Amino acid sequence: MERKVGIIGAASSKFGVRNDVNFSELAFESFKPAIEEAGIDTKDIEYFVVSNTGAWSSEQLPAIIVGESLNLVGKGSLRVEAACASGSAGIKTGYDMIKSGSADVVLVLGIEKMNESQTPTVVELIGRAGNYFWEFEHFGLTFPGYYALYATAYLNKYNSKEEDLCHVSVKNHYYGARNPKAHFQREVTIEECMNSKYVAWPLKLLDSSPITDGSASVILASEDFIKRNGIKEPIWIKSIGYSTDTSNLSKRSDFLSLRSSVEAAEIAYKKSGISKDELLRKIDVAEVHDCFTIAEILAYEDLGFFKRGEGIKALKEGQTYTGGKIPVNLSGGLKAKGHPIGATGVSMIVELSKQLKRNVEKGRQADIKNGLALAHNVGGTGHYAYVTILSFS
Amino acid sequence: MSSQIEVLEKKKKQYPIIIDQKRNVALWESTRELKLKYLVSVEKIKKFFEGLLENKLLATKCEKCNEIYFPPQSFCSNCRSTELKWIELSKEGELLTFTKIFVKPSSFSHYEDYTIGIVRLREGVNVLAWISEKNLSKLKIGMKTRIETRIREPEGYPIYEIIPEELVS
Repeated sequence: MERKVGIIGAASSKFGVRNDVNFSELAFESFKPAIEEAGIDTKDIEYFVVSNTGAWSSEQLPAIIVGESLNLVGKGSLRVEAACASGSAGIKTGYDMIKSGSADVVLVLGIEKMNESQTPTVVELIGRAGNYFWEFEHFGLTFPGYYALYATAYLNKYNSKEEDLCHVSVKNHYYGARNPKAHFQREVTIEECMNSKYVAWPLKLLDSSPITDGSASVILASEDFIKRNGIKEPIWIKSIGYSTDTSNLSKRSDFLSLRSSVEAAEIAYKKSGISKDELLRKIDVAEVHDCFTIAEILAYEDLGFFKRGEGIKALKEGQTYTGGKIPVNLSGGLKAKGHPIGATGVSMIVELSKQLKRNVEKGRQADIKNGLALAHNVGGTGHYAYVTILSFS
Repeated sequence: MSSQIEVLEKKKKQYPIIIDQKRNVALWESTRELKLKYLVSVEKIKKFFEGLLENKLLATKCEKCNEIYFPPQSFCSNCRSTELKWIELSKEGELLTFTKIFVKPSSFSHYEDYTIGIVRLREGVNVLAWISEKNLSKLKIGMKTRIETRIREPEGYPIYEIIPEELVS
């Protein structure tokens, strides 16, 4: 019989420019509420997975810093890197350990301290997250540049406008304004978005997620451990789907969809027994990877929420707001909540755990009917993709 | 912030604690700067760079399964053969998508804002490169393009570039 994996504690730090804390303090900020929610002791944790991309931050062995800071010295650990999907890759690592029976309790901690470097350096490093030699060394692509190549193709194909993309920014800032942990807690208008400066045409500053510091902690446990310790109301991980794509963007057949997202979703749906035509009825709330506004539109279509070319229409109709067919990024998303690379995927699980328990701030709580939630986390420009389905009853 | 730190901050050369004025918090500015410059092996694909000197765009083709590789590689990912031959690509293609980089990486800050495109060549191979035309309103998806070697200044090395055959008027 397969072992079930539950989430017994989940918390996030405040996201933002966190020059007020160091790496250890930032890790502690999400770990403390997570372990206190779980009601366990550090001695119960057998293994800790640290999702972190690094390079912009000073510590080269982030997992070891976390271990010493959180009194986990002597336990097993590793650092997991899958670019912006490092958090989901960390969750997958912990999930597999518990499912296979090699551990009962695993901490997954995602953390990124991007502001330890200056912005141009961070722009430089993220731009190298593709194919360094063929696409960066000679042509200086940037992270917004990669997604801009998708945005240009998408807007052209479906006869859409830059302004249409700004609707994603408006929605996600609307919810970010209601999330006290978000990097940006203010609403923006279409005009502000349209008037913001180009970063990589057709994408503008307000189409882009910020450079953020943050951490998120999730404590995973086996069903045995949960029952033995009388832990109430765990969130269950139903399935995790995954895929990858080429490092060179030039090797892809089109720029209208992230193939890895489509494949990761198919695996996740199949493993959890959800058919694509019942998605909108079954999934109560979703967090999708909106590192840029175009990415959220691609996600709607790649995940099968809406048909090809209909993502913008669905957004404008309000289908991804609360009360719509499928509320998306009620945390503010990467756009407004912020995108601390290694922490993002873990923070999606934190947010959805709280959503499923009807435990988020007023004005951004989804209507929970079936107790199913979906997290979609992309690394790089579709280089990695993970889709995780959570359930709560 | 304690006044002692403020006094020391003013003599910044001697003391690495600086104040983030926006947030009024103290930061230690590391005194150990790291510079990275990579040495990437091109031994097995150096013919590609020789080809650029003659304005040729070369790719490799697997002699066993006929898979074409651009960027060129010395082994076949598909059938694992190491018997690959050099072929010359047609250079003619059409623009699949494009962008213009306004916020540049620091190592590209000495260039004017540049346009990047991906073109599909007749052989079905895609090439990503700078586009010679920097004016976005002159570019259009689907437009005919060719690839030419250009000298990248100020570094002075030859690299391939996308040239639109006809501009949007």
